Amino acid sequence: MDCDAFYASVEKRDNPELRDRPVIIGGGKRGVVSTACYIARIKGVRSAMPMFKALQLCPEAVVVRPRMAAYVEASRAIRAMMDELTPDVEPLSLDEAFMDLTGTEALHGAPPAAMLARLVKRMEDELGLTGSIGLSHNKFLAKVASDLDKPRGFSVIGKAETAAFLHDKPVSLIWGVGQASQAALEKAGIRTFADLLRWEKEDLTRRFGASGTRLWHLARGEDRRRVSARAPVKSLSNETTFFEDTADPDVLDGHIWRLAEKVAARAKAKDIAGRVVTLKLKRANFALLSRRVSLREPTQSADTLYRTARRLFDQVGDKGPYRLIGVGLSQLEDDAQADLSGDLLDPGAAARRRAEAATDAIRARFGADAIIKGRALR
Amino acid sequence: MKISIERGTLLKAVAQAQSVVERRNTIPILANVLIEAEGEHVSFRATDLDIEVVDRTLAQVERAGATTVSAVTLHEIVRKLPDGALVQLTEEAASGRLTVEAGRSNFSLATLPKEDFPVMASSEYTANFSAPAPALRRLFDKSKFAISTEETRYYLNGVYLHVAQGADGKVLRAVATDGHRLARIDTDLPPGAEEMPGVIVPRKTVGELRKLLEDDEAEIVVSVSETKVRFATPEITLTSKVIDGTFPDYTRVIPAGNTRRLEVDAGEFAQAVDRVATVSSERSRAVKLALDEDRLVLSVNAPDSGAAEEELAVAYSDERLEIGFNAKYLLEIASQVDRENAVFLFNSAGDPTLMREGNDESAVYVVMPMRV
Repeated sequence: MDCDAFYASVEKRDNPELRDRPVIIGGGKRGVVSTACYIARIKGVRSAMPMFKALQLCPEAVVVRPRMAAYVEASRAIRAMMDELTPDVEPLSLDEAFMDLTGTEALHGAPPAAMLARLVKRMEDELGLTGSIGLSHNKFLAKVASDLDKPRGFSVIGKAETAAFLHDKPVSLIWGVGQASQAALEKAGIRTFADLLRWEKEDLTRRFGASGTRLWHLARGEDRRRVSARAPVKSLSNETTFFEDTADPDVLDGHIWRLAEKVAARAKAKDIAGRVVTLKLKRANFALLSRRVSLREPTQSADTLYRTARRLFDQVGDKGPYRLIGVGLSQLEDDAQADLSGDLLDPGAAARRRAEAATDAIRARFGADAIIKGRALR
Repeated sequence: MKISIERGTLLKAVAQAQSVVERRNTIPILANVLIEAEGEHVSFRATDLDIEVVDRTLAQVERAGATTVSAVTLHEIVRKLPDGALVQLTEEAASGRLTVEAGRSNFSLATLPKEDFPVMASSEYTANFSAPAPALRRLFDKSKFAISTEETRYYLNGVYLHVAQGADGKVLRAVATDGHRLARIDTDLPPGAEEMPGVIVPRKTVGELRKLLEDDEAEIVVSVSETKVRFATPEITLTSKVIDGTFPDYTRVIPAGNTRRLEVDAGEFAQAVDRVATVSSERSRAVKLALDEDRLVLSVNAPDSGAAEEELAVAYSDERLEIGFNAKYLLEIASQVDRENAVFLFNSAGDPTLMREGNDESAVYVVMPMRV
């Protein structure tokens, strides 16, 4: 199940005046488009586009600042409905989740297709939000199916028609095959699934490593990954692809802080902490730079993540420009041991830690953007 | 080159060389030891480009010359030879090999040209002085546990050796810290050291240096410049680059206003910490110190594995205090104490704590508490 223009739909629901107008969620002077409603999309507005560009394409658009608290609440309500269908719900984000409905027909007295149709109807009736359903025999195809017929879509890819369906489709259909992988595949003469089918498993693996093996299976519509509500998290990371490549250290600093805050917020929500901080940079020519460092004790603090990632950034010794930056946290464990000791050489750390705790408390009550650091505006 | 040398003397020289060479090396010559024989002496030189060690020793030189062979292989061979054996090293010009003979054992080792061996450039030293080995040994032994391994703060990866103002005049001081604990050790300022620039001696150099300081009677000649430091005995010369960075202002870190005084038998204390920490498998588990009138209760509470508590009779007369520390840090600091009593000075549960040996200000330790 994948919600349609989720943030924008929540805004339209909560403010009926917006219903028939193009709505863009995002903000800030340097802001980028987070979500655009379907009316704005007709004009060419896309996610991750800089706001000024979006407004050139669609000057009449209404720009709305994101209200994360409202989206989280809507997401929880949808999650509760999904939980009634199956215990195996694996959320991918606030507005998207896998459900394993194997064997639920006996329980509900109706086949999965019927139950899913009821789910989206309930979402519309009770929450005023629409979603698209993709039903298939594995995760890869279900995800593909959910995008086929958006918005308010309902697509089924059965086992029998899998091969015929995939045959002419481009390999970019596969989640995770971005521009760089596409270019590499193109070099090998692979553009469509039909091209992939001509390759032996060994040859694909030799050329593309583990992802080659995966491609061989996906080409045959095979994907054995389980839908799991409790998949153990091994790492947390967030990254941003810039609309325009940048080498500006101030802009990058702002990104490092926002990413650190996002990763920290996810760690705190899950009551976990990590010992290894990773900084990932993709240069304009797609070359990937990755730096990591182990901490003395696990952390879930945005301040520690930011300072560590920033130190790694300062030591990269490459002026850029970059097209992507990411911050990650790994070697995760529960947060019982997190951020317990201070740093003799950084006497301000204790005060900043208290400030972060206070910020978290304020956000929990008044919403994510109730209080932000100036640094976040860079 | 052809020399004869007693096995024990050779082993000592080669052991020092092989510990300097890096195990994983991309430049083959750096795995080798340069052997140079001339007059009545033979010298063994090894380097990793940051540290160079030269061991010069008496030998029977039949034919002068120089060559290089694998330091690790030569060390292994010499180590396995019988004690007291006379070892003969001969360079075979024709085959380009070095033969090692002792009794009935005979080895032939590949060599690399001596011209390829990188000899560290000599430099001008700002200060030269000599200090007794035990004084230097104390400086480094008591501070090295606090050296950081964190690569992002590379300037903490060594001991900061410098001249400082002590309670009774100038001292030679060693400071190391990793941000969680700090050690500050002083010794009398040797004559001639006044002008020495402060240098950060890298961790590996501190380890190598230790072998020069074993002999209680030895006087060590120390030479210091902005970029290099050299320690020399009559036989061994250890030259090292220093860490190019600024050591942070540690004086701000050492609390001056801590008034809550705990005096405890250092040995008993260390043993008790060690015992209660046993129940926790976690590497960073906190030990809680609960202080009350002449009473200290140490406890560890590890929800998954268990709990432990131990009470110690101590001298403490201030307000009640509960404070937590990383067990490992506390143990390391407590085990630095040579005398009977350790004195802890606390402020609050969130502030750095100071520890010293009795009232001796020449060895001071600071440790950051943990939340418990």
